[in-house]
Amino acid sequence: MAQILRVNMTDRTAAYEDVPNEYKFLGGRGLTSTIVYNEVDPTCHPLGPNNKLVFAPGIVTGTNAPSSGRISVGAKSPLTGGIKEANAGSNWPQLVARLGLKAIIVEGYPQDDGWWGLHITKDGVEFFPADEYAGKGLREIFPGLFERFGKKVGIATIGVAGEHRMAMSGLCFNDIDNRPSRYAGRGGLGAVMGSKGLKLVVVDGAGGPGVEIANQELYDQGRKKLTASILEHALTKPGGALNLYGTAVLVNIINEAGALPTRNFREGQFEGAAKISGEAMAELCKTRGGVGTMGHACHPGCIIQCSNVIPNPDGTELASCIEYETTWALGANCGIDDLDVVGKLTQMCNDMGIDTIEAGDVIAVAMEAGLAEFGDGEAAIGFLEEVRQGTPLGRILGMGTGGAAEALGVVRVPAVKGQGMPAYEPRAIKGIGYTYAISTMGADHTSGYTIAPEIAGVGGKVDQFDIDKAELARNFQYSTAFIDTSGHCLFIAFPILDIASGFEGLIEECSGVLGVNWTADDIMAIGKEVINKERAFNRAAGFTEAADRIPEFMKYEKLPPHDVVWDVPDEMLDAVHGAA
Amino acid sequence: MITVHAKLFATLRRYRPELKIGAAFPVELPTGATVRQLIERLGVPVKEVKVVFVNNIIRDTEHVLVAEDKVGIFPAVGGG
Repeated sequence: MAQILRVNMTDRTAAYEDVPNEYKFLGGRGLTSTIVYNEVDPTCHPLGPNNKLVFAPGIVTGTNAPSSGRISVGAKSPLTGGIKEANAGSNWPQLVARLGLKAIIVEGYPQDDGWWGLHITKDGVEFFPADEYAGKGLREIFPGLFERFGKKVGIATIGVAGEHRMAMSGLCFNDIDNRPSRYAGRGGLGAVMGSKGLKLVVVDGAGGPGVEIANQELYDQGRKKLTASILEHALTKPGGALNLYGTAVLVNIINEAGALPTRNFREGQFEGAAKISGEAMAELCKTRGGVGTMGHACHPGCIIQCSNVIPNPDGTELASCIEYETTWALGANCGIDDLDVVGKLTQMCNDMGIDTIEAGDVIAVAMEAGLAEFGDGEAAIGFLEEVRQGTPLGRILGMGTGGAAEALGVVRVPAVKGQGMPAYEPRAIKGIGYTYAISTMGADHTSGYTIAPEIAGVGGKVDQFDIDKAELARNFQYSTAFIDTSGHCLFIAFPILDIASGFEGLIEECSGVLGVNWTADDIMAIGKEVINKERAFNRAAGFTEAADRIPEFMKYEKLPPHDVVWDVPDEMLDAVHGAA
Repeated sequence: MITVHAKLFATLRRYRPELKIGAAFPVELPTGATVRQLIERLGVPVKEVKVVFVNNIIRDTEHVLVAEDKVGIFPAVGGG
């Protein structure tokens, strides 16, 4: 039977617990948010003794379900002050699940200054001193860690930003080549782990019992249907857009839509967009060769493979992975059109453990404040170096978009609940504005990716400028919360929105693992329940409707080229959950 | 006749491989031509086209073009 592992950092003990009935049919985000809701005082300090850090693989993670190596990490966020779930793809959650663990809960508070690591195997948990790994770049420490613990382990860790308890720190997991590059990036979860004195969680899955599958026949039937839909859909199939160009294939289309935030959200089009696009990355891989790879997988068993390794002119590694959000944040949003500079900044973020979206947003805010000119790549590199060193300016930037803007006296603050906005302009694409505003996570595109119907023509077609989108936003919130619970990559949303048998496959797969017979209605009900718990946590933490708003400047500053403002009335935002 | 300015992205770039990413090129069309006629003139199978922008606004394939329109043509793309 699956268990929950509870780790206490006060006395450095660990205990295995039976899974309560309430948690049996949950996984991923559904489980992390439920545990945080049940166990964490919403009014606690996120970096104090009463916060908890919760890891949960999804329902099907650890099986051979396609593209399902996702880990959800939950806690109260030091960036937003509300509940947080961030997720990443890695073999790490697959190994956790195969050890028979449904969740790992890290609680308590260290009584001394040392750094510690956890080594989790089929035989139990061992604490080991990790001071030798602190204060260094993750690229420096990873080879030695895999040498010490074995090439097939998975590693979760924080970088120096998490050690400094910065609100823009992320939690890093290894990729398929054991590179420190897969991030549960958003919301400052690295700082929460740092506050516990925990530097590393090394998981060795060897000899574990594996994931129990209650109804193998139903599971297999679902897995085959979902797999077929992923392999068929134009976006996710081998040789499709994601596979050939990575997520940055979005740069040109969002730019064409006039919705690519440029120079700290002053404009909706960037003249250098093509130079930092997925097409440009694919070209670099071709012309420079070397280690350059598009169609790279972030975890074993991914059949979409949208990650990449981008080469330097000499063929050595410049960066992995440069995502759409990353090339936008560190590129267009800072006015930088040089992929080599974007790559250098990406690698710095990955090495020191910071979220690339938040990093790009704070650099742009610093430029806005006059600390450098937009487009100055050297200055951007300098800002990240300050973060690495933990200088006073570095710590201000490390506060994230909302905090840094406040410290620097900037009015144009592209953040909701303190969290920096991702790569879609809400003034020009109204549905994603709903998502940013009402998400329990702060400005987070992944919590309701309405871009699918608004721009990509996936799951129907909706006018990007239409303001009446409460129902669209609500449905995306619920369905997304379920996908994040299932353990699948969010990109399965593209095929299952368009191909009915793929959606059936998802339901059958999860039902097969758990021994239930869910329907489409159950899926939405489960998603709704997750969102309602997150909202209840945030309300108890002090959030009101006033926090569910798009930044004021977007209501009075027209965004070129469409010259649009944020014009969705507050009541329509409140109707997303008010009417539900 | 009218002249419009077309751009092909992602997998559709193979129909004009000599052009730089995002580069617009002029296309002559009969007056009253639609987006579909433009796509056909470029030798791109219409079924490969998913989203078309005319002057930064998404339009369907029956949209009628006018002189100097800027047309961005995309296959299925997405991500995030």
